[in-house]
Amino acid sequence: MTPELHRIGRVSDVPLFEGRSVTLAGRRVAVLRTPDGFHAIDAACPHAGGPLADGIVADACVTCPLHGRRFDLRTGAELGGHPGVTVHEVVVRDGELWLRLAPDTLPLAA
Amino acid sequence: MRGRFGAPLSTLGARGLGTPLVASEAMNRVLVIGGGIAGQAVCERLRERDPDVPIALLCKETVPPYDRVALSHLLAGETSRDELQLRPLEWYADHDVDLRLGAAVERLDPDAGLCALADGSALAFERAVLCTGSDPLLPPLPGIDLPGVFAFRDPADCDAIAARARSARHAIVIGGGLLGLEAARGIAGLGCPATVVHLVDRLMERQLDEGAAALLLEAMRELDVAVRLDTQTAALVGEGAVSGLLLADGSVLAANLVVISIGIRPQVALARAAGLAVERAIVVDDRMVTSHPRILAVGECAQHRGVVYGLVAPIHEQAAVAAATLTSGTGAYAGSVQAAKLKVMGVDLVAVGDATGAREVLAADAAARTYRKLVLDADGRAAGAVLLGDTRGHELLLDHVRRGESVADPLDLLRRASEAGAADLPDGAQVCNCNGVCKGAIVEAIRARGLGSTQEVVAVTRAGAGCGSCKPLVRELLAIERGGAGEEPAYLCPCRKRTREDLGALVRERGLESVSELMETCGAGRDCGACKPGLAYLVSQVRENRHREERHARFINDRVHANIQNDGTFSVIPRIRGGVTTPAELRRIADVAERHAVRMVKITGGQRIDLLGLRKEQLPAVWEELGMPSGHAYAKAVRTVKTCVGTDFCRFGLGDAIGVGIELERRMEGLYTPHKVKSAVTGCPHNCAEAYVKDIGLVAVEGGWEIYVGGAAGATVRRGDLLDTVADGEAAIRLALAFLQHYREQGEYLERTYAWVERVGIAAVREVVLDPAGQAELLERYAIAKAAADPDPWLERHDPVHPKQFAELDSEPEPLTPIDIVLAGAGGGR
Repeated sequence: MTPELHRIGRVSDVPLFEGRSVTLAGRRVAVLRTPDGFHAIDAACPHAGGPLADGIVADACVTCPLHGRRFDLRTGAELGGHPGVTVHEVVVRDGELWLRLAPDTLPLAA
Repeated sequence: MRGRFGAPLSTLGARGLGTPLVASEAMNRVLVIGGGIAGQAVCERLRERDPDVPIALLCKETVPPYDRVALSHLLAGETSRDELQLRPLEWYADHDVDLRLGAAVERLDPDAGLCALADGSALAFERAVLCTGSDPLLPPLPGIDLPGVFAFRDPADCDAIAARARSARHAIVIGGGLLGLEAARGIAGLGCPATVVHLVDRLMERQLDEGAAALLLEAMRELDVAVRLDTQTAALVGEGAVSGLLLADGSVLAANLVVISIGIRPQVALARAAGLAVERAIVVDDRMVTSHPRILAVGECAQHRGVVYGLVAPIHEQAAVAAATLTSGTGAYAGSVQAAKLKVMGVDLVAVGDATGAREVLAADAAARTYRKLVLDADGRAAGAVLLGDTRGHELLLDHVRRGESVADPLDLLRRASEAGAADLPDGAQVCNCNGVCKGAIVEAIRARGLGSTQEVVAVTRAGAGCGSCKPLVRELLAIERGGAGEEPAYLCPCRKRTREDLGALVRERGLESVSELMETCGAGRDCGACKPGLAYLVSQVRENRHREERHARFINDRVHANIQNDGTFSVIPRIRGGVTTPAELRRIADVAERHAVRMVKITGGQRIDLLGLRKEQLPAVWEELGMPSGHAYAKAVRTVKTCVGTDFCRFGLGDAIGVGIELERRMEGLYTPHKVKSAVTGCPHNCAEAYVKDIGLVAVEGGWEIYVGGAAGATVRRGDLLDTVADGEAAIRLALAFLQHYREQGEYLERTYAWVERVGIAAVREVVLDPAGQAELLERYAIAKAAADPDPWLERHDPVHPKQFAELDSEPEPLTPIDIVLAGAGGGR
C-alpha cells in the first residue's frame, strides 16, 4: 500500500537553499529547497544524528552541520561512501507542501 | 575450509571445546589488544590491506590511543593532551574499527579463540595481536613509594610532575637516557632546577659514544639541567614526601620531586598466563607470530631475535609485517635499525644504529658544538651514525645503515649527507620516524592524489603529524614534486580554484553585493557549497558590511545566532564586556535559565556565561528576557576580551585592565573576521588574563602598554609576538584595531591570527600596522566597517529575516514576553 500524502506546510516556509524539519508518523524528515524544487530526506545524519535541515545546501546536496558529511538530496547517498539516508517524496500543490514517506519506512502498526 | 588468513581453521585448535566462555560474535574478527601506538598502527595497516575484516581495538585506558612519544612536548607545555590523540574518534567509525575504551583483558584462551574482559564479557576472535606495551621499570629502592616520586609514562604522570615542579625547589631525574633527559629539560623549563642522576659514565650510553655524550652534557648544562654521572642511588628519603636521594657513597642530594626513567618492563602477564613463550618479552618469529599460531605480538611487549625495541619506528615496521601476516601470511621481519632523536628544544641529536665500530670517521667542531660521525663495520658497511648539533642528512645516513650499504669513502658520505636535500634520498628512506612514513609513500601520495600543500600531505600520509621535526623535509619533497613551484595557493573555493584575492577583486571591480551575484559571475560556491560561508565573509569584508546578506550562505550558527551543539540544540552566550557583570544581571540570567529549564549553565574560558541545551524555537524568547546583546560566541567574529582586575583592585596592577578591556571590546564587537578572535587585557606582566596567548593581547607594563598578536592556547599553543609598546591605553586600542583590520583584509578564511602571523611574518605585519599612514588608512576602513556592522543580531527576534528563522515546519518560535511581566512573574520577593 502506498503511504498517504500529508500536508506539512507552505512553500514559503522553506527559503531557497535552506531546510526545515517536520515529524510525520513518528519520523523526523528534513525538507530542503533548491532551485529545482523541494527535496525530503531523513532529518538525522546517520553518523552522529546531526540535523540535516540545518545544513548548507549547494548543487542538490546538503552538508551536515556537525561533521560535514554530504548527502545527495535526490538519492540520499553520502558522497564520501558512508551510509546514506532515505529519500521521501515532496509534492507541491497550490503553494502548499505535501509529504509522502518512502514506502518501506512506515512502522508496521501504523 | 580455509580461514580468511590462509591457515586452515582446523589447525588453529578446536574452538569452544570445554571452554567456560561464550562465543557469540564475529568469528573472523581480529582482536587488537592494547591501545597504544602499536595497537593503533596494527589497526591502520590491517585496514589498509583488508577493508572488510572485522577489527576490534581493546584499550585498557578510557581514552583513545595517543602519541606517547610526544609526552615530553606535553610536559614542556608545547602541546596539549588533545593534540596527542593519534586519531579523532570519527576515524574509528569511519574505518569500521570497533574501538572499546576501558576494556581490560583478564584472560586469553588462544586455543578456543576467546578473550575474557574484566567486566565479565567475552569476545571471540580468529586472530589476536598483543600490543600490551610496557610499564616503566621501577627499581626496588627503599622509599620508591613516597609521594613526590613519579614514573614518566602517561599524560597523568606529566600532569602530576608539572604540578609538583611548580612548587618544588629541586627536582631529580634518575636515568640519563633519551626519556630522562627530555623529562629533566621539561621540568627545568617549568622553572624548577633539575639534576639528572645517571648510573654510568656517559649520557645515553646505548646510543652515543664518549665524544658525543660529552658535548651533549655541555648542551644540557646550558639548558639548566645539571648532570651527575657514575652515581648510584641507594634509597629515596623523606618524611611524608620525598625530600632527597641517598646515594651509594652515603651523601644525600636534596629533591622534592623525583622522576624515575631507567627503562621499560615489557607487559607480558596476559601472554604468560595464556601459555605463550615469554623470555624478556613475548617471543615472536619473523612473521610477528608468537608461540601460538593464533596470536601475534607487536611493539614493546614483543621480543624478536632476542631484541626488544623501545623506540617508535620499529613499532611501525612490525605493525606492517603483522598486517601482512594476518592478511596474506607473507609478513617477514628482519629486525629494525634503531634511530633515536632527542626531542629537546635547542639540542639537535640523532643517533642511528651502532655508535662505535671497526672504522669510525668523524667531522667535529668543538666551538660550534657539532659532531658528525659515521661508523662502519669490519666489512666496510654502514653500521651507525651519531649527529649532534648538525643533523642534516640523517635520513640519508639512516638509509645507508638500514640497507647495510658498503661505503668506500666514508668521509665523503658524511660530507654529502650534510648537503643532501630531499631529492637525494632514496624512496625507501624513512622521512617520518614517528609514524614510519618513507619518502616513496609521500611522493606517491602527492602524485596520486594531487596534493598541493604541506598541510594536505601531513593529513593524508601522517608524515609530520608526530613530533613534527620532519615537516621541512615534507615541504621540500612537495616542492620537488611540484617542479619547484611554490605550494598551491590556498583556494577559498577549491572546486573552481579561486583564491581569496581574485574573488575579492571580482567583488570590488564588478561591485558585487551578495554571494549569489558572486556565484553567478564565476561559479564559486556552486559545487560543494563548503566555501559559501567564506564567500559570505569575503563579500561582507570587501563591501565593508554594506553588502546584501544571504543566510543560505551562512553556517547554521549565523542563521540563528547561536552555537549548534552535538544534539542539535544551541548555546546562548550574552555579551558581558570584559567579563564584568552585576548582581542584577546575574539574577536575570539565573531567572531566564530556570524558566527555560536550561540544561547547563557554564562559565566559559573567556569569562562569559553559557546557557546550554536550548531549542531553536526558544532562542528569541531567551534573548528577549535576557535583555542583553549577543556575545557572538557562535561566529567567526570578535569574541571576548578577557580581563584581570588591574588597577581597580590588584596590588600589582600597573594599568587599567578593566577600563581598557571593556573599551576594546566595545570598539571591536560585532565585526566578523576570517576566524574567531579572542583577546585579553591584563594589568601587569603576571598576565592573569592570559594575554600572551590571545589573538590580541594587551599587557600593562611600567610606563605603557605592550600589544601582543598571534598568540594561541587552543589546539595550538603559541606565545604572541610583541607588535609594539605604546604609552597609553588609547594608543594600545588603536594599534589593536589596526592589526584587527589588517587581519580582516589579509587573513585567509578560517586562518587564525597565529597561523596568519606565522605565514606572513611579524615583520611584514609591523611594516603595515606601525606605519603612520598605513595605520591611519586601516583605522579609517575599520571605522566604516564597524559603523555598518550589525551591533546585535539577537534583535532579529523582533524582525526575523524569515517567518521560520527560528522554527521548523511543525513548530513556532516561543512568544516574546515583555521583560517586566516576566520579572514580575518570577517571584522570589526581590
